[in-house]
Amino acid sequence: MGKIRELHNQLINKEISAVELAKEYLARLEYTNPKLGTYLSLSGEKGLDDALVIDKKIASGEDIGLLAGIPMGIKDNISTKGIITTCGSKILENYKPVFNATVVDKLYEAGGIILGKCNMDEFAMGSSSENSAYKLVRNPWDFSRVPGGSSGGSAATVAAEEVVFSLGSDTGGSIRQPAGFCGVAGMKPTYGRVSRYGLIAYASSLDQIGPIAKSVEDCAIVHDIISGYDKMDSTSANMPSTKSLDNIGKDIRGLRIGVPKEYFGGDEKVLNTLKKALAKFEELGAIVEETTLPHTEYALPAYYIIASAEASSNLARFDGVRYGARDWDQKDVTDMMSATRDKYFGKEVKKRIMIGTYALSAGYYDAYYLKALKVRTLLKRDFDEAFKKFDVLITPIAPTLPFKIGENIKDSITMYLGDICTVTINLVGIPGIAIPCGFVDGLPVGMQILGKPFSEELLFNVAHKFEQSNDFHLRKPEVK
Amino acid sequence: MSITIKDVKHVAILSRLGLNDDELQKYEKELNDVLNFMEKLNELDTQGVEPTSHVLDIHNVFRSDVVEKSLDLEDVLANAPDRDDDCFKVPSIL
Repeated sequence: MGKIRELHNQLINKEISAVELAKEYLARLEYTNPKLGTYLSLSGEKGLDDALVIDKKIASGEDIGLLAGIPMGIKDNISTKGIITTCGSKILENYKPVFNATVVDKLYEAGGIILGKCNMDEFAMGSSSENSAYKLVRNPWDFSRVPGGSSGGSAATVAAEEVVFSLGSDTGGSIRQPAGFCGVAGMKPTYGRVSRYGLIAYASSLDQIGPIAKSVEDCAIVHDIISGYDKMDSTSANMPSTKSLDNIGKDIRGLRIGVPKEYFGGDEKVLNTLKKALAKFEELGAIVEETTLPHTEYALPAYYIIASAEASSNLARFDGVRYGARDWDQKDVTDMMSATRDKYFGKEVKKRIMIGTYALSAGYYDAYYLKALKVRTLLKRDFDEAFKKFDVLITPIAPTLPFKIGENIKDSITMYLGDICTVTINLVGIPGIAIPCGFVDGLPVGMQILGKPFSEELLFNVAHKFEQSNDFHLRKPEVK
Repeated sequence: MSITIKDVKHVAILSRLGLNDDELQKYEKELNDVLNFMEKLNELDTQGVEPTSHVLDIHNVFRSDVVEKSLDLEDVLANAPDRDDDCFKVPSIL
């Protein structure tokens, strides 16, 4: 168990082999996964084969990269060739992708070892991982609480040290919020920075893949590998991959931090923890000032219109024809599609398809979808304005501590309100990193640091500087 | 705006979701709740504001018009619930 650089040194110094390392993590995973519900499928056998290849390279004196031989988990909406990818849904129960997502190819090329596919809310729709069609995920810090969502499996598995790092996806907070609830680091990159090829789409103008790890440095190492232009993704930004590691360790004296007041409306214990973190930044030499993002209160309804509309269109592909489940009792093709979708989609997924279809249907398009896109412009202007004055913005990730399993699942609006701090960032496309900034009642509290488009390298440095000033990232939940 | 059971049925047909009566009733309430929540946007005057459909400054992306290797036919059909030779097989259309 350890950080990427430590494990890499142990590997190249032959203190441990890649196979031994993979076995060590697999043994832990097989013990804790049934308690935490972090994985939907395990791929340990292939992982051990891959580890053997790394060991042969080390034995023959070949140079290996930092990620070679490092065990990882991949969110189950990211395509892995030959490894079942369900998206947390019964409609893809037996679906084996015939190609790898670009990020998976890049991680394989770097020598990473996939141990399994991480549990998630069905089609990434949810904030608690309770919408998984298979099983729920428990928060490693308190088994009666949710790990956040939708990348709950990806965050909990890192917190419980079942793997060294994982990939998640973030459409409205799905990397940052579970990272915050589980006390680990997670980066939602700028829209277009990391290829989405092979990510099973939820809302295409919002989705981004990003890394989750125990430390900021480990997140940066993974981000440097997975980012960069990909011709297979037509929304990929034509830029080289990040070189965040070179930027980590720089001084942050004089850094201008904006604190948008609209984000500070939650649980007092959470807010006080944030305030202490901001005071720490001042000690580190940053300039902290209050600012405003005046349209914040309109972000959630705009988000749920846009995300649901895009989802209703993206999920039309699941029709029982080319892949996935089919209802066999129907005589007519339209009935077959309708019955298949009704039977194999979960409740929240159906609801968002219905909302999105309604919002896009004749007569309502202007009132809902177009209106939401215009509000999106106003939100973007808020951030453009703020970034004229500030280098980064800091906010809570969620207005509450990790909530109890079952507490919010019956009431959609309450559940949606929990996403108040995260969804705007996807609407405006900027990067945001989540890191732990304290503990309350034994539960982690996270903060997010936001930057201008393509400022990931700066965000990693700022987050790292804060992380090194405390021991929050070193604390470990007891998973018995 | 409020949604009636008739609207819910129409949307379910457009969505290709074969909902039963119980589900239709449940969705009537839930959709109204969510749409009420979305009404908040009407507080804002957005006249003259350009919509943002996505945030990147890139538009149509084309590759050159040459044939490239695509997925193998067997791979394409590997996940099909039903097939007939090299085709996806579905129940009758007419």
